[in-house]
Amino acid sequence: MSRQIGEVILDLKQVSLSFGGVKALTDISFDVREHEIRAIIGPNGAGKSSMLNVINGVYRPQLGEIILRGQHFSKMNPYKAAKAGISRTFQNIALFKGMNVIDNLMTGRNLKIRSNLIQQAFWWGAARREELAHRAKVEEVIDFLEIQHIRKTPVGRLPYGLQKRVDLGRALAMEPSILLLDEPMAGMNVEEKQDMCRFILDVNDQFGTTIVLIEHDMAVVMDISDRVVVLDYGKKIGDGEPDAVRANPDVISAYLGASH
Amino acid sequence: MLYRENGQFKTSYAADQQIFPIAQDRWAIIGILVFAFVAVPLLVDEYLFRAILIPFLILSLAALGVNILVGYCGQITLGAGAFMAIGAYAAYNFHIRIEGMPLLVSLLLGGFTTAVVGIFFGIPSLRVRGLYLAVATLAAQFFTDWVFLRIPWFTDNSSSGSVSVSNLHVMGWQINNPVSKYLFCLGFLTIFALLAKNMTRSAIGRQWMAIRDMDVAAEVIGIRPLFAKLSAFAVSSFFIGTAGALWGFVHLASWEPAAFSVDRSFQLLFMVIIGGLGSIMGSFFGAAFIVILPIALNQILPVVGDLTGIEISTAGISHAELIIFGGLIVFFLIKEPHGIARLWSTGKEKLRLWPFPH
Repeated sequence: MSRQIGEVILDLKQVSLSFGGVKALTDISFDVREHEIRAIIGPNGAGKSSMLNVINGVYRPQLGEIILRGQHFSKMNPYKAAKAGISRTFQNIALFKGMNVIDNLMTGRNLKIRSNLIQQAFWWGAARREELAHRAKVEEVIDFLEIQHIRKTPVGRLPYGLQKRVDLGRALAMEPSILLLDEPMAGMNVEEKQDMCRFILDVNDQFGTTIVLIEHDMAVVMDISDRVVVLDYGKKIGDGEPDAVRANPDVISAYLGASH
Repeated sequence: MLYRENGQFKTSYAADQQIFPIAQDRWAIIGILVFAFVAVPLLVDEYLFRAILIPFLILSLAALGVNILVGYCGQITLGAGAFMAIGAYAAYNFHIRIEGMPLLVSLLLGGFTTAVVGIFFGIPSLRVRGLYLAVATLAAQFFTDWVFLRIPWFTDNSSSGSVSVSNLHVMGWQINNPVSKYLFCLGFLTIFALLAKNMTRSAIGRQWMAIRDMDVAAEVIGIRPLFAKLSAFAVSSFFIGTAGALWGFVHLASWEPAAFSVDRSFQLLFMVIIGGLGSIMGSFFGAAFIVILPIALNQILPVVGDLTGIEISTAGISHAELIIFGGLIVFFLIKEPHGIARLWSTGKEKLRLWPFPH
């Protein structure tokens, strides 16, 4: 399937976020088009993770708004974001350590569960049917990510690379329209990075999921993303296709330092 | 038959998701239930029923409730004793104030009332956690002590706060001797344990565990902490309240607020910690440990004293009992912080490979 980059699906307008006196983000605007892979890069402390946290409502920006499919959100919260089809992974894996892989992925189906507590307590009717239907969906994700062999292992016991994969799986189980990935390849070796790249491209290609990605590995970013936003000290210093960004003098000076 | 799952292939998710996916476990649990319902009433004498089995069953039920809240949802509580008291007194009031109220309905209404109160005392959990939440739930303890001692209406104007019930029966079945009391409690426990297991293996249980393990990630997935936490408080309180009602009605028959003191709260918390947090099985292990061990020590110590020729006074025995009991708890927590349930599952895993572990 050839993916077609569509209209703007997510639009951030003049977002500013500060913690007390510290300005994490200053007047940042950028948009994300449907089906594209959009990367956010920048040196440490540039505000990349804060940016993701704003998009899915973990942080509330003081100024600015988020427009998602034409709908204005001045105050996003994580629940609304999840309902609107935004899911994410975390920089420091935030899996549910006491639960096994299947259960972790099943939590991703939570918003689609309709049965109530009483039905679930009796494992009866809709509760049972749903449990089976969602299990089948989760198994599709498991197959996709090639983690069949660890499906019943508690995630706390898994090695780092696999935990990252399960984290991605949990986000995918939500069947998101927009997927936010916070450094999906941090701390991985080359082989694991290749696997992860392949999964990200496949997700984008097969499911048409729009992806917003933070990554430090420039080779990866330049390779897989359609457009790149560059942040530095909470300000946007570059935006465009990878080649254009690479040639941008502000970006070069932010990364390599400028001669004064 | 060896404890093996070789050859037991699952061909559907339904088969894979049953409570006991291994056939041997299913047979074992059926065996245990048959033993408990049929053999025990025939074999056991009255003292065992009164001193061990009935308290064990009721406290297991309460421990299940505590485990749902503390073990599954990660919200620590020191108010379990209070919730038992609320269940007992609420059931009592429904029972005596409404003419011809069936016993079962009274007990369950006691549980429901406790659930409502539990939600109220769970509200602080939305803002505070850990030790601070423990202190907030401790307030429930002092509050109920005060209410049942000072507001005579709740205790039907009895001056000391002591109340009693008699002539218990369910649909013509008299619950007046230890065997019938035992069977009544066992029935309750069996059904409630099944309900608890179902909840913990379905969506609501995953919500609780998600909140326990990583609340930020849970929110991002679309789990509402408000609903997850308060539902855990409600379900947990329902279990504890029903257990309290059983404790009052069936075990004690007449009781006063002191029966549900803060000691009871601590005892229940110890049960789930020792038994295993976040494990249905653990609740039973913990209850058995805490109920049976003191009695066992009480029986064993004089025998040991006789054998070794050491004269132990009665007071000495009760002191030694406490010392050994405390020592064992500390030992357990150091050797296996995840409780007896973890020992049990490790044992089962070893057994699956036995006798060729490689």
